[in-house]
Amino acid sequence: MNIASLAPLAVVLPILGAALTFLLIRYPRAQRTVSIAVLTLTLLLECWLLASVWGGGTAAVNIGGWMPPWGIVLVVDQFSSLMLVVSSAVSLAVLIYATGQGMADGDRDAPVSIFHPTYLILVAGVSNAFLSGDLFNLYVGFEILLTASYVLITLGGTGPRIRAGVTYVVVSVVSSVLFLIAIAMIYGATGTINMADLAIKLGDLDQGTRTLLHVMLLVAFGIKAAVFPLSFWLPDSYPTAPAPVTAVFAGLLTKVGVYAMVRTETLLFPGDALNAPLMVAALLTMVVGILGALAQSDIKRLLSFTLVSHIGYMVFGLAMSSVAGLGAAVFYVVHHITIQTSLFLVTGLIERRSGSSSVDRVAGLAKLSPVLGVLFFIPAMNLAGIPPFSGFLGKLGLLQAGVQLGTPLAFALVIGGVLTSLLTLLAIARVWNRAFWRKPEDAEHPDPVLLAAPEDSATGDRAGKTNVTLLPRTMVGSTLGLVVFGVALTVFAGPLFKVADQSAQEMLDRSPYIQAVLGENAPVPPVPQAERPGQQGGGK
Amino acid sequence: MSVNLTLLTIMGALYACGIYLILERSLTRVLLGLMLLANATNLLILATGGYAGLAPIFDKNTPAGDYNDPLPQALILTSIVISFAVTAFMLGIIYRTWVLARQDEIQDDAEDRRVAETPSFDAEDDSVIPVETSEFPLAMFGSDGAGLMDTAVGSGSGTGSSASAVMSGDRVVRAEKAASEEQPGSLNVDTSKEGDGK
Repeated sequence: MNIASLAPLAVVLPILGAALTFLLIRYPRAQRTVSIAVLTLTLLLECWLLASVWGGGTAAVNIGGWMPPWGIVLVVDQFSSLMLVVSSAVSLAVLIYATGQGMADGDRDAPVSIFHPTYLILVAGVSNAFLSGDLFNLYVGFEILLTASYVLITLGGTGPRIRAGVTYVVVSVVSSVLFLIAIAMIYGATGTINMADLAIKLGDLDQGTRTLLHVMLLVAFGIKAAVFPLSFWLPDSYPTAPAPVTAVFAGLLTKVGVYAMVRTETLLFPGDALNAPLMVAALLTMVVGILGALAQSDIKRLLSFTLVSHIGYMVFGLAMSSVAGLGAAVFYVVHHITIQTSLFLVTGLIERRSGSSSVDRVAGLAKLSPVLGVLFFIPAMNLAGIPPFSGFLGKLGLLQAGVQLGTPLAFALVIGGVLTSLLTLLAIARVWNRAFWRKPEDAEHPDPVLLAAPEDSATGDRAGKTNVTLLPRTMVGSTLGLVVFGVALTVFAGPLFKVADQSAQEMLDRSPYIQAVLGENAPVPPVPQAERPGQQGGGK
Repeated sequence: MSVNLTLLTIMGALYACGIYLILERSLTRVLLGLMLLANATNLLILATGGYAGLAPIFDKNTPAGDYNDPLPQALILTSIVISFAVTAFMLGIIYRTWVLARQDEIQDDAEDRRVAETPSFDAEDDSVIPVETSEFPLAMFGSDGAGLMDTAVGSGSGTGSSASAVMSGDRVVRAEKAASEEQPGSLNVDTSKEGDGK
């Protein structure tokens, strides 16, 4: 039996788990056990899938026994299985964190009973989007995860969450409608929505139609991935949600958009037709995003802006459409999912410990809670791209690929990338200086919990019996697990970069994907390379 | 492939109305706009199926070209279900907004407004620091940052005097004097904090 034929389980398991947790809605303990068990099982399965395609190989599963291009296919290749493993690992960590928070707070603050089924459906939608080899199934995957995310972002139904939720829902629905229009037009133009089949047939369309379809897909995915100027909704809607929800959204949802953009650029519309506009968008995303981050005083909002900003790096790698660039982008996606999620989880802990997530109010945490300092410092430095962390390696790969490409625009992006990295460091250092190193007395409106104990002059210890809010061990533990996972990405960066490069190679080659879906004899059209020589001539 | 012109015209009208409505501030109108957009898209998908034809139930005597294309209809069915779910959810949200705020309008993002109103002067990052740490003049006035403005305010009072004034905290400083305060070693730099605390 082919292992890849188990791929549908990555979607089915979480959905079954959601049904079961919904039945167990009155038994929180059983619910927790079921959802954690289901996600662990899914993660193991996905690791197995990744192992089966490690080092090359693409497998396709026909759902319902219909042959492609008529039936729906799920495609397992290195990129999709890598994304599956990372996304499930991250969602498992966040789930444990959320159950820890739920157990500590009870059901008052957030209706945890609804949380579990919705969360599992979100995971199922993400898995479906990653695996889908059919454009409409990709749309359905998006809708599954979006509908779940609508519920999660308005969890509890408080005023600010409803307000943020409205923006989020409307923007998401509009982007889905755009995606659906693009699908309809693609079907009208080619008569198929199977992605491998489209890869062959889209090449036969005339230039104008192709560009139109290409732009429509990129705009629809660009809204989901929060690429400037379509990123306005993200910093507004993410920060108000509960900490674990924001964390999983920041880690996964935008990356699903990036994943869809990668598939669009490599499989459906290969070549460099829209590379220049994409590069400009990447540059603006990086710079505008990080400038927004510098203005914020709320840590969650600041992190949301860095999230937008760092999407620019991935789009940059994607827009180079070279093996080096795309490989670095794949590596960067994996790195960024992990790091951004752990930073949001730590921010949740900071908020819990100090009563606020605003850098104007939080202070003195380095002495009050050194563990929190370590948990924040490692991913923060990782995000800013300080060697030797994976953020540095990913950025280095992108910059090298940019210099290799050598066009003036690529050099502009290299400079923009370095600048963004420095500004990220500045934004992060500001949080660090204020929230961790500053004395509570120096803060503008410090939370009473930070001030309660006078400094012990002998040891410099500030923690007293009155001002210790205990952080639940499960929450700290899961955050620690994710931080360690992030460090592991640095340690195992070598093999990871190799897989990323291989998957980039396969995606740019296209033949493994097309032949896995349509059979060995499927014709693979050549990639249009019209503008490449001209671009190189324009370089230095 | 040919299409039904009536359906296309209706589709266009639905898109136009839908886009107009989602630009409104009233949530109910936004919801109506989203519904119109979803239905317009369903018509678009239907149009991609081409000519109307026979129901796609296999009959060996019918040539393949006479059948209707069933796929767009399957897609429409899926998208109807999805837009149904979204509409239901939006209605829930609108009701909740009504319960909480007693109005059917999108609320402003308070934090965003706060950030927008924050002066570029940040009391902690930008205020006077002990002299020994920098040899450069500090390009700002005041030490508390309260009410500080970025731009010099022209006097414009019509006295005919060329002198302009600069806002500094709650006092008005004449421009020349303000400029002199910017000189290195001026009194503007607070020396008293030197060696303090830390």
